[in-house]
Amino acid sequence: MSIITENTSTKSVLDNGLFPSNEVMLDLKNLKKVYPTPKGDYVVLEDLNLQIRKEEFVTIIGHSGCGKTTMLSMIAGLNPISGGNIAVLGKHIKGPGPDRGVIFQSPSLMPWMTSLQNVLLGVNKVFPHASKSQRNDIAKYYLQKVGLEDAFNKKASELSQGMQQRVGIARAFAIKPKVLLLDEPFGMLDSLTRGELQDILIEIWNKEKITAVMITHDVDEAIFLADRVVMMTSGPRAKIGDVLDINFERPRTRKAVLEHDDYYKYRKHLIDFLEH
Amino acid sequence: MKASLTLNKVSNFLGLGLFRTLKDLFANKLEKEDFKNFLRKTIVPLASILLFLGLWNIGAKALYNTEADFKIEKALQNQGQAAADALQVCIASGESSCQPNTLPSPSQVWGSFQSLLRDHNIINADKAAFAEKTAALNKTRIAEGKNAIVYTGRPSFVDQIFRSLKTVFAGFLLALFIAVPLGIFIGLSPTLKSAFNWFIQIFKPVSPVVWYLLVFMIVKTVLIGSADDSSFTISFISVGLCSMWATLVNTAMGVSTVDKDYINVAKVLKLGAFQKIFKVVLPSSLPLIFTGLKITLSVAWMVLIAIELLAQSPGLGLFVWEEFQNGANDSNAKIIVAMFVIGIIGFLLDRLMLMIQNWVSFDKTDAI
Repeated sequence: MSIITENTSTKSVLDNGLFPSNEVMLDLKNLKKVYPTPKGDYVVLEDLNLQIRKEEFVTIIGHSGCGKTTMLSMIAGLNPISGGNIAVLGKHIKGPGPDRGVIFQSPSLMPWMTSLQNVLLGVNKVFPHASKSQRNDIAKYYLQKVGLEDAFNKKASELSQGMQQRVGIARAFAIKPKVLLLDEPFGMLDSLTRGELQDILIEIWNKEKITAVMITHDVDEAIFLADRVVMMTSGPRAKIGDVLDINFERPRTRKAVLEHDDYYKYRKHLIDFLEH
Repeated sequence: MKASLTLNKVSNFLGLGLFRTLKDLFANKLEKEDFKNFLRKTIVPLASILLFLGLWNIGAKALYNTEADFKIEKALQNQGQAAADALQVCIASGESSCQPNTLPSPSQVWGSFQSLLRDHNIINADKAAFAEKTAALNKTRIAEGKNAIVYTGRPSFVDQIFRSLKTVFAGFLLALFIAVPLGIFIGLSPTLKSAFNWFIQIFKPVSPVVWYLLVFMIVKTVLIGSADDSSFTISFISVGLCSMWATLVNTAMGVSTVDKDYINVAKVLKLGAFQKIFKVVLPSSLPLIFTGLKITLSVAWMVLIAIELLAQSPGLGLFVWEEFQNGANDSNAKIIVAMFVIGIIGFLLDRLMLMIQNWVSFDKTDAI
């Protein structure tokens, strides 16, 4: 594919380099984001190149305000691209779409709907030809997967923050996206609930293997979930600073990861990067 | 048990803690620590009501004396000592023909209230008798294709209340059906918003009286040649137009300020325009729409009185005006009765809207 061959000429290709084009799910090329301000343009991202393979789980880590969320919302199509391009399976994206599911930082459920209705909102859109009971089954299946089999008919406003985010996970997986984008989905939760939800997320993900890009502030979370951890430099003009391969076999357990010899090596690598 | 449940419901509806604590007191459930609460929620309101009635009574007495002294003084100057003495005796005897005309005391108002209710019963009996008398005749008239003979006597005070409620609800529904859809369109489209903004800004502050005159001009011509009484049409349309602004502005604001997260979800799921409006935008702006509707209903009730008065449309407004023109001995007291009735109904309408709002709204913390 032409996109890939062009990529070799760009200077900022990192040592993780290029993947064969049939393996690439998501391709960000020379991505740029500029916010015009009265004092001139503010460049958030520049020369950002990143390829993510099919069935890969990538976490993105970086300092607050470096443009991680900007990048993710550009992939989601919610934020216009100032330069460069983003391709899903070789096709440039134009605006948002259900091929890229998003789990937002705040659960963003419609509080007047039940958890089932919230999941169905997406399912109805993506599977318009399925029968009503089939769509119900899909929604219920994913709600069960996130442990909400007793809360189908509870209003979203009656659920705790953690439960709401479970619905958010179910909603994102239920529309069977090609890419799953997670914007610090557990940032607002207490650490116990966060651990629970990480387990739930990784359990569903092991089954569905949907290419995932997740932003996080939490080094341990980044290592536990990812195949690769992408480190972003601090803005302005943020770009990919470093990429770390995490070679733990899947499925992983938290205990095995913590006891693994490489764990502290990975951790040190990330913390060294963040502290510079 | 059942009685106390309904009492609880009534008390919740009114939003006055007074009844609940009273009920607890009778049920002997009042704990010592509740005493302060009881004092604040029950004794203080009751005391303030008594104080209000007391001040009113004193004020009314003072005004009555001033007016009586003036009348006697005037009689003395114009007609001499004998006439003045006779008037003094007449006033002291409570004879209705020579009473000073001023602010009535609470007891006079209560008396007028009872007499209005008696009057209502008399008129009701009249109506029933009339219906009985004309029943057979009306049957044959209808069979012959003629109009039935209807009771055309004077409406009672209670009838006037219901007429007013009918007018206000018609006006409210008109406001609802104009302002909510228009507000949604304006809120969704910045283009429409700038097209309508001048219109809203200029017409929102216009007085009810002017709205009435405008509606009168138009309806008079539209209904030209029609024999029907247009006063009801004119008054409900005027009420609707005066009161719809709060709903219009609130709906537009609610629709244009939907939480960005919800809009992002709709975008990511690529919901169509119809789904986006009915599944996301409208439900999330319901609380603001209802705030607007609540203001609309209370404004509608407030301007109704003035508009009925102008439009000569039967109802409380006309009642007040006629009593004022009438100048009978108990007219002032009847006006005060109407004032309380208007106030209490306005309050109940407000609570009713709040109840509906709580029922349809997802955000239960909004309830006041």
